[in-house]
Amino acid sequence: MIPIIGLVVGIVAGFILQPTVPAPLEPYVPIAIIAALDAVVGAVRALGEKRFDDRVFVISFVSNVLIAAAMVYLGDQLGVGSQLSTGVIVVLGIRIFSNAAAIRRQVFHA
Amino acid sequence: MRERRRVGRPLQLLAGVLVAALAFAIVAQWRQDEREDFSGVRGAELGELLKSLDASNQRLARQIEELSATRDELRDSSANSEQAEEAARKRAAELAILAGTSPAAGPGIAVELSGPEDAVTAAILLDSVEELRDAGAEVIAINGTARVVAQTYFLDDRDGVRVGGSLLEPPYVIEAIGDPHTMAEAVRFRGGLADRVEDRGGTVTVEQRDRVAITALADIPEPQYARPAS
Repeated sequence: MIPIIGLVVGIVAGFILQPTVPAPLEPYVPIAIIAALDAVVGAVRALGEKRFDDRVFVISFVSNVLIAAAMVYLGDQLGVGSQLSTGVIVVLGIRIFSNAAAIRRQVFHA
Repeated sequence: MRERRRVGRPLQLLAGVLVAALAFAIVAQWRQDEREDFSGVRGAELGELLKSLDASNQRLARQIEELSATRDELRDSSANSEQAEEAARKRAAELAILAGTSPAAGPGIAVELSGPEDAVTAAILLDSVEELRDAGAEVIAINGTARVVAQTYFLDDRDGVRVGGSLLEPPYVIEAIGDPHTMAEAVRFRGGLADRVEDRGGTVTVEQRDRVAITALADIPEPQYARPAS
């Protein structure tokens, strides 16, 4: 329940405050969003398997975001920023897809 | 279990806050992407973009140069060919007048030669034509039917004079386009054409006109033997 409230609050706040992403964070925000989405989809899957844990969710969320941002930062420093972001997005995308597939199997049994 | 619940509550809140932050970030990024600028692009990518823009710029500039050169060339050549066509048309018109294949009009005179049968012979007609030409006649026709051109011949015939294939009978009216005064003088000068015809008992009347229209055309066959040589 609380996460859904959070989701709504976040969207509303985003529309009301009309934030702009600060320039230094610009390369990291998209990757961080994908990483966080990965954590959220994983959490939904765990919820469906009735083994959801707040602690695991919070830690995986934060660590996902941090690691993704760190990789992009490292990539930028090494001069392979765009390639590494692509790689991170591919990996996270694969994870999101597999988790989504698991959720689908639970919900539709297909 | 109790401890778990106590710890669970703030963690649930934290999870909610994280989801809210995620939603917030998504919205923020979403709006960011709707702005069509390059503030979110990395320096290296900007450099690449700039380079490719430069390259395509140069390519397009080269293309512009080539195309405008081609356009200028085409414009020149079409202007040239127009001029050439104009000149050729003018020349053709002049030659048509010379060759007698085109009607002509302009100021000129009409000379009427009449008299007894042998007063006006082919020789007299030829002389009068030469006299008129000497005076600058540009187009000459006799009796309105025989156009006098380079190939025209004069031949005495039984009932008159054969001029370039057509038989003419007296009285002969020579129409000529040119300076009327000069040509009239050329016919009338003492010892000239008029005197010669009158010696033989004929009469010569000269009429200067502001406008002489000559519609007779010379019938010139294609040259059968002569070919242009260069």
